[in-house]
Amino acid sequence: MAGIATKHTLPAPFHEYELDDAFDEMVDSGGAVRPHYRHIYEALRELTGEELRRRQQIADLSFLHQGITFTVYGRDEDTEHIFPNDLLPRVLTREEWSRIERGMKQRITALNLFLKDIYHEGRILNDGVVPREIIYSCKHFRRQMRGLHVRKDAYVTVAGTDLIRMPSGEFVVLEDNLRVPSGVSYMLVSREVMKRLFPDLFRKCGVQPIEHYSQALLSTLRALTPQGSPQATSEPNIVLLTPGVFNSAYFEHAFLARQMGIELVEGRDLVVHDNFVYMRTTAGLRRVDVIYRRIDDDFIDPLAFRADSGLGVPGLFNAYRAGNVSMANALGTGVADDKAVYAYVPAIIRYYLKEDPVLDNVETYLMSDPLQRKHVLGRLQDYVVKAVGESGGYGMLIGPHSTAEQRDEFRRRVEEDPRNYIAQPTIRLSRAPCFLDGNVQPRHVDLRPYILFGDKVTVVPGGLTRVALRKGSLVVNSSQGGGSKDTWVLD
Amino acid sequence: MLSRVADSLYWMSRYLERAEHTARVINIQLNLMLERGSQSEDLDWARVGRSLGMEASEEEDAWSAESLAQSLLHDASNRSSIVSSIVNARENARQVREQISSEMWEQLNRLFHAVRRSAPEVWDSRDFLQSIKEGAHLFQGVTDSTMTHGEGWQFIQAGRYLERAVAVSTLVGAHFHEFHQPAQAAAERVYLEWIGLLRSCTAFEAYCKAYTADVKPERIAEFLVLHPSFPHSIRFSAEALEMAIVKIGREAGSRRAAHVERIAGRLRATLGFGQIDEIMAGGLQAYLHELLRQCGHVHSALYQTYISYPIEAALEA
Repeated sequence: MAGIATKHTLPAPFHEYELDDAFDEMVDSGGAVRPHYRHIYEALRELTGEELRRRQQIADLSFLHQGITFTVYGRDEDTEHIFPNDLLPRVLTREEWSRIERGMKQRITALNLFLKDIYHEGRILNDGVVPREIIYSCKHFRRQMRGLHVRKDAYVTVAGTDLIRMPSGEFVVLEDNLRVPSGVSYMLVSREVMKRLFPDLFRKCGVQPIEHYSQALLSTLRALTPQGSPQATSEPNIVLLTPGVFNSAYFEHAFLARQMGIELVEGRDLVVHDNFVYMRTTAGLRRVDVIYRRIDDDFIDPLAFRADSGLGVPGLFNAYRAGNVSMANALGTGVADDKAVYAYVPAIIRYYLKEDPVLDNVETYLMSDPLQRKHVLGRLQDYVVKAVGESGGYGMLIGPHSTAEQRDEFRRRVEEDPRNYIAQPTIRLSRAPCFLDGNVQPRHVDLRPYILFGDKVTVVPGGLTRVALRKGSLVVNSSQGGGSKDTWVLD
Repeated sequence: MLSRVADSLYWMSRYLERAEHTARVINIQLNLMLERGSQSEDLDWARVGRSLGMEASEEEDAWSAESLAQSLLHDASNRSSIVSSIVNARENARQVREQISSEMWEQLNRLFHAVRRSAPEVWDSRDFLQSIKEGAHLFQGVTDSTMTHGEGWQFIQAGRYLERAVAVSTLVGAHFHEFHQPAQAAAERVYLEWIGLLRSCTAFEAYCKAYTADVKPERIAEFLVLHPSFPHSIRFSAEALEMAIVKIGREAGSRRAAHVERIAGRLRATLGFGQIDEIMAGGLQAYLHELLRQCGHVHSALYQTYISYPIEAALEA
């Protein structure tokens, strides 16, 4: 009813801005514009649709000319698309942000302690806080990592954690990305574009800067330089390892390498000799100290992991084991972002830090538990079912938007391999104003802040706000019709 | 600098030079064909193909005017076509996106999208060809003014001038093979062909300043092969190539640099001490053939020294 009641109550270009029961980032439940959106709201009232469209075009061209494209797998032609970027920023207050920041720092600290523990003594398993079988049955658990010392115990160096906002306005954690999280380049580039398009607004609002991300990432990586490297005191050699130009995130790899001033290498650029890693340069071979790797565990070394990988470096794992090279993130971190382990993160935080979690989890049902399974399978249309090891919106069922056949198919899959699935209630993500079809309309959004863990923990204020651009859609993944927008944390 | 990066910069530059050269040669040919009349078009296009170094094959018979021309412009499967040169240049640039300036990448990307968008018919392609030339020149200017003139830039120079030396040698060879028959040197039609050759190397105006508009094949050969300061002469290209290679050796600080420097130096000396009357007497074709062979050597030596060296050799060094 709320939607009908408030229709046409806002003036152009907001005349199609309908409210419903999801939390709205711009308008409160009484239909009034929230104070931290006031500047944007007023600016939009003054700009003509024509002018907004012109700025949208400038933004799109800027993305196209910079080659900011992503690849959609499984289609033959024209696999390069520009990443849809919405013109309007998503705004957070300083108070909202400081809670998120505290939550993120707490979470990554606990998860790193957890990873160290399960790859060494396994106290948390012995104490029965996390069931042993859930760890050892996880496909991202790497037994090769047991007992291996990770420099500074920084297992997860870079994390991208997905947050969503409940109808109550509270932020909760939807999932952790602890392997090779991507998207930070879109955050940085769309900020550049926004500063060019809305300089006045930007100045009026007082937005906290994010431009130091690359610098912070570089110092974080530098902190991982192996002890005893001859280059440790002078200039450690840090490289970014990419699968190559055909990877969907290649733009980001190149972008970050350039921003940090480090070499962007592919597997074929590196050679291992006597457990040391070298890169092949025009001046001969040069020793490598730290590898910021953007290749999955499985592909990093054909001798230690998948033998059919042509992307990795033969012998790299042995050099890593010998402590002659550091990798960020460490291998085997995927066990901590397994969606079944996710359900235990609040307990993990309490166990290691003796604190309550700052940010809650989404209520999660483990399909390996017979009672929980029975409950969910009885009302599949109300739940989102996810495969535990997948990301990017692949391998999931969204109950309310599914057909009976899809539900039957998932029921069968869950019963075949219950450990591989979890279920969560369908959550109405919060909505933020987007510029679409010449006017402003609300769309569902999430938030992915980026967290760096080295000598200290750094979270740049903001992150990537992902948008489900299709009306009514709750899926924000770029592979499934999602886009992004700039995120402004006000000072 | 990573060997792979040097490799990509070198080829990016070669492909772009190739695209620009091809666009220029075709543009001049289109102009000449208007003068020649349409009966000889098939032969003309076959010669264009040869002067661009396309391998003659059994398909040669099938080279009709339209299809060959169209293929040289837009056929992505034809390795000599303009579109594949641009696509390859951009693909190489994409491999080293973080090594080149954003301005360079944006300019090359713009050129790439322009080429992919428009596919005009041959006779409507003048604007298209013009835009390729301008796009390539713009890229070169942007490169020179936004990229550090360090090792990477020197690899770009090396690629450009090696490609140019090869392209001009091939073009001059094909042209002399076809038209250099002293008996009919005065015929008006042939006069136009010589001017066409000069124009294909952007050399007509520069030639006139040096020798007046009095067109003599031997002078043209001297100008295009041996001129010390005209940027499309083979000698100029060989000198620029050697200079780039010497600077690469200095920047990379490789102890194995002497080999490639000697080979590039020999090519430069072959041209620097060349005498046109001796060259003509000994046979221009043989001379050009020798230049192409030496260019090939420079390319392989560059690879052995900096790009695809064996690990053992590098560890000893």
